[in-house]
Amino acid sequence: MIDVAVVSFAQWSAREELARNEVEILIPVVAEAIERSGIGRKEIGFTVSGSCDYLAGAPFAFVTGLDAVGAWPPIRESHVEMDGAWALYEAWVRLQHGDIDSALVYSFGKSSLGDLPIVLSQQLDPYYQAPLWLDSISAAALQARAWLNAGHDEGEMAEVAARSRRAAKDNPNAVVSGDQSAEALLREPFLVTPLRRHDCPPISDGAVAVVLAAGDRAREVCERPAWIRGIDHRIEAHGLGVRELATSASARLAGERAGVDGVDVAELHAPFSHQDPILRDALGLSNGVDVNPSGGALAANVVMGAGLTRIGEAASRIMDGRAARAVAHATSGPCLQHNLVCVLAGDAT
Amino acid sequence: MADPDVLEAPNILEYPYTRSTGPVIGRFFTSLRDGRIEGIRGTDGRVHCPPNEYDPVTGESLGDDAFVDVGPGGEVTTWAWVHRPHEKHPLDRPFAWALIRLDGADTAMVHVVDAGDEARMTTGLRVQPRWRHERVGDIHDIEAFVPEDA
Amino acid sequence: MAETTEPVTMIDTPIELRYRFTAGLAQSRFLRGVEQGRLLGQRCPQCKKVYVSPRGACAACGVPTDEEVEVSDKGTVTTFCVVNVPFYDQKMEIPYVSATILLDGADIGLMHLIQECPSEDVHMGMRVEAVWKPPEERTPSLESIKYFRPTGEPDADYESYGAHV
Repeated sequence: MIDVAVVSFAQWSAREELARNEVEILIPVVAEAIERSGIGRKEIGFTVSGSCDYLAGAPFAFVTGLDAVGAWPPIRESHVEMDGAWALYEAWVRLQHGDIDSALVYSFGKSSLGDLPIVLSQQLDPYYQAPLWLDSISAAALQARAWLNAGHDEGEMAEVAARSRRAAKDNPNAVVSGDQSAEALLREPFLVTPLRRHDCPPISDGAVAVVLAAGDRAREVCERPAWIRGIDHRIEAHGLGVRELATSASARLAGERAGVDGVDVAELHAPFSHQDPILRDALGLSNGVDVNPSGGALAANVVMGAGLTRIGEAASRIMDGRAARAVAHATSGPCLQHNLVCVLAGDAT
Repeated sequence: MADPDVLEAPNILEYPYTRSTGPVIGRFFTSLRDGRIEGIRGTDGRVHCPPNEYDPVTGESLGDDAFVDVGPGGEVTTWAWVHRPHEKHPLDRPFAWALIRLDGADTAMVHVVDAGDEARMTTGLRVQPRWRHERVGDIHDIEAFVPEDA
Repeated sequence: MAETTEPVTMIDTPIELRYRFTAGLAQSRFLRGVEQGRLLGQRCPQCKKVYVSPRGACAACGVPTDEEVEVSDKGTVTTFCVVNVPFYDQKMEIPYVSATILLDGADIGLMHLIQECPSEDVHMGMRVEAVWKPPEERTPSLESIKYFRPTGEPDADYESYGAHV
C-alpha cells in the first residue's frame, strides 16, 4: 500500500450566507487548502468533490464548483453525490495507483436555501417511505427512541449537546456554541419527541477542503503529515424497519477494519445527539478519548461536508502535534445507515 | 440582514414522477388496494413487510410463492411524536411516526399512528390500519394506523 | 380512479420542493448592470481573460476575478442554432435563432437570440448589436436585451473570434 496523508485542511461555515453563492464560498476555502499544502494548484494530480444538488434544488449544481479549482488545462476530476469523506476515500484509492502523488478533496453546500429535513425525506425508499415525506428529524427521532428504549436516558443526549457547545466556543467555524448546561437544555420543548432542537444539527452553509499527498511528497511539503493508517466504510440496508437502530453494526465493522485503537482524539459525525454514544460504543472508544473537540456536527453541519470536516479536524490535531493518533468518522443516509471510519496518525505511530 | 444588491428568486422543483413497481412491490400494493397486507418470506424464514424483491441473505429473487398474509394488526417497535406537522406529512394534526411490526412479520414498516394524544403512544402499543375509503394501490391506502383499542 | 381488478404496476409519486435561489455577488452585479443597460464583465488577474457573464472566478485559473470591465453591446456570432422543435414552455415562435455572441472586449461568448433577419442568413462571423428594452422596462435579467440584430457591417475576421469557436 502507498502511504497517504492529509497535508492541509481549510473550512468556512456560517448559519446562513446571505450574499455569496456556493462557488463564491468555496473559492477562498480551496485557495487556502492549496496554499497551506505547499503543492502548486496545477501540480495537484486528482480532484474530487462531494456535494448534493438537492441542497440547492439545481441539477448539476456541483459542476460550477470547478470554477474554484481552475480546470484548464483539463484535470483528472471526479465527484460523489455524497459527503466529501467519500470523495476523500476515492482520492485515497486513486493515489494507490502510484502515478500521481497529490489530490484535492472538497465539499460545499448551502442548506439554508431549502427545507432540508423535508428534502432529505426524498433519499428514502421511493415506494414505501419517501411518499410519506418522513423528514430527517423525524427519522432520527425514531432512532433516538429505539436507543432510549435500549436502556439510556435523555440526560445523556443533553450532555452531548452541552459538551458540544462548550467545545465549540474555541471553533471559529461553529454556528452553535455556549455554556448552557444539560439541565437547562432539558427544560427546552421537544421538536419531534424525543428530540429537542439542541439534539439536532444546526442548518449551516459552508465549504471544506483537504489536500492529500502520498509518500515522499507528503514528507516534502508537510512537517507533520497526518497519515491515513486505516480507512473503511460499510453500509446497512436502507429500510429503517429492517435495521437495528439503537446500535451501529456498520460503524463497528468499519472501525474494526480501519483499526481504531489507541486513539487520543475522535471526531465523530453525529448530527443528532443520541448518535454520539451509539458511535462511541460502536468504535469502542474509552472515556479517555477526547471526542469532538471541534464541537462536532451539533456545532456546525455543512451537509455533504460535515464528514470531510471531521477528517480535517482530526488531521489538523495531528499536524499541529496536539494528538498522536486520531479517528474520524463520517455518516451518510438516514439514521447512521452508512459509516466511514478513518484512522490518522503522526509519523511515530 | 440580506445584502440588498444580491438577487434572490424562488426556485420551485416540481416533478410529476410515476414509478413502475415491478411484480413484488406491485403485488404488495395490489393487496393494499384490496384492504389486505402481505409480507414476503426470505430463504431464512424471516418475513419482511413491506416486502423485499430479493432475498437479503442469498440475493435471489423472491416470487409469488414467497408471499404470506400479515397483520392487519401489529406492534409499535419505536415511535416519535410530531407536535407541528409539516404540510407534506400524512396528517395535519399532531401524530406519531412509528415503526410497526405487523403480526406474522419479522421486520417493521414505517407509517403514522393517528393516536390523537402523545400520551397514548408507547413502544409495544398494538395498532391496526385505518384504510382509506378510496384506495389506488400505494402506501397511502393505509391512511394511518390507530390504537387497536380505540 | 384505477381499474380495480388489474394488478398495480405503477404508482404516482409527485414531488414539490421549494427553495430560494441566490445569484451570489458576481452574477448579481452583472444583472444589476444589465438593468442599467451596461454589460459588466470581470477580468482574471492571471490569464487576463474577460468573462461575460461573470461568476466571480476564472474557470481556467481557479482564482477570483475582481477587476470589472465594461464590454460593448456589439459583437460577433461565433456559433448558432436554428430551433425548429416545439417544446414545453416555449416562448419564441419557431423557427428562431439562438446564438453565442462574442461581445467586443469579452473573451467568453454570451448566449442570446438573433432576430430581424431570416434565420438562414445567420452565420459565423456576423456582426450583431443588442436591441434593448426601454429603460423603464428593464429588469435584472438578460431579457432586458430583447435580442441581437445584424449591424450590417462586414463580417469579422476569423482571427478575431476563431479562438472562441
